[in-house]
Amino acid sequence: MAQKRREMLIDPLVDNNPITLQVLGICSALAVTSSLQVALVMAVAVTFVTAFSSMFISMIRSQIPGSIRIIVQMVIIASLVILVDQLLKAYAFEISKTLSVFVGLIITNCIVMGRAEAFAMQNSPIDSFIDGVGNGLGYGLILLLVGVIRELFGSGSLLGFTILETVNNGGWYVPNGLLLLPPSAFFIIGLIIWAFRAWKKDQVEAREYKIQTVEAH
Amino acid sequence: MSENDDKKTEPKGMIGRFLAAPADSVHKTLIVAVSLCLLASMIVSAAAVALRPLQEVNALKDKQVNILQVAGIYDPEIDVLEAFSAFDARILDLETGQYTAEFDVAAFDDRAAADDPATSKALDDDPAGIGRQGRYVTVYLLNDAAGNLDKVILPLHGYGLWSTLYGFIALEENGNDIFGLQFYEHAETPGLGAEVDNPRWKSLWNGKKLADENGDLQISVSKSAPAAGADYHIDALAGATLTTAGVNNLVRFWMGETGYEAFLSNLKAGNI
Repeated sequence: MAQKRREMLIDPLVDNNPITLQVLGICSALAVTSSLQVALVMAVAVTFVTAFSSMFISMIRSQIPGSIRIIVQMVIIASLVILVDQLLKAYAFEISKTLSVFVGLIITNCIVMGRAEAFAMQNSPIDSFIDGVGNGLGYGLILLLVGVIRELFGSGSLLGFTILETVNNGGWYVPNGLLLLPPSAFFIIGLIIWAFRAWKKDQVEAREYKIQTVEAH
Repeated sequence: MSENDDKKTEPKGMIGRFLAAPADSVHKTLIVAVSLCLLASMIVSAAAVALRPLQEVNALKDKQVNILQVAGIYDPEIDVLEAFSAFDARILDLETGQYTAEFDVAAFDDRAAADDPATSKALDDDPAGIGRQGRYVTVYLLNDAAGNLDKVILPLHGYGLWSTLYGFIALEENGNDIFGLQFYEHAETPGLGAEVDNPRWKSLWNGKKLADENGDLQISVSKSAPAAGADYHIDALAGATLTTAGVNNLVRFWMGETGYEAFLSNLKAGNI
């Protein structure tokens, strides 16, 4: 059991990563990764919401009528997200200002819904909680990777501390403006997926169709 | 209640019978939906109500820090409320350019007043993209050690690329020299438009002039210096054409006759 739970926590980091393997949660990964600090808070918030929503949904799973289960899940997830938003506004005002609408958009993050529907509806509350933490961390890992690349080469800093002195501040580094715009996250995530699948060959999806060669008669 | 879900025991009482009932029955669906909504709304509203005082303090403090910063007297070591007491807050009537005692300064909400038809007007010509402009705004006066007016801090806002930028401009006592400009709320692109927060760019505003000797508004934010000369020109933000245009429009809107001109000419003439 302990071994299984350990796997539940570790598995989503690389082997079953929600972003690189399941390709979920891309929208927010584009939006919040232009600075590392924001990405970090977003990762923590998503981990919190995924873990607790999975736990609560699992607790009442046998009582949830199948016909309204998605709505029930949404109500629980939305309540938790509002709670996170309110807490950030009260205790981390600066960060809540930069995250602005993206906290609210955790509600629509496919990872949260995906874990609730695919895992929490069939498993015990503790397992669901661990699964939620694992998937939140897997999401956070990619967010941080993208965030480091985008902030370092886009603004020349990490967590707001200057690493590469930019020309704007009288230094030498000409920042890459593209990295600050959302499309750059697409390229970076694409490259990360490529790297992961080159490393772990079993993540490569089977082709849906095969190109047939026409034999010459 | 979850612990008992999987055990096969005789249903006891109303709750027990309810839990044992098949999840898909109509009355259970209704009860689950209603009770879950009630519970969730109670938790959410409790959190919102309990945390509101803290949130309001945060928002107020953030605004005060920005006013201190734009006036160049912010010191993280000193308590914000204490430092802020150096300012004399007044409500200004934009039409007459005079202070008014009609409202209580502490309770006056600029944004609410700008939405209220009684204290605002809809703009036909709206270069700053703000829709409605309030007639009354809160301004902050900073006196020097001798008790003479040193700086005036005026609020301004306008639309950039993605968002309305809210900020303050600090003017010297002559009502024409700029001390600083700072935005405290915006959602422009990080690294491009959000460079309005860059200290280097903000420092460009220091020492610029709003109007020339003839009293014509000359200040502009653009790529190349206009004919009026470098005293009236702030270099554009690289890669943020639309945010720059927005800042240019909102500064010219608020500093011109649509904004503080009446007040500034009163200030220059000394009849305030």
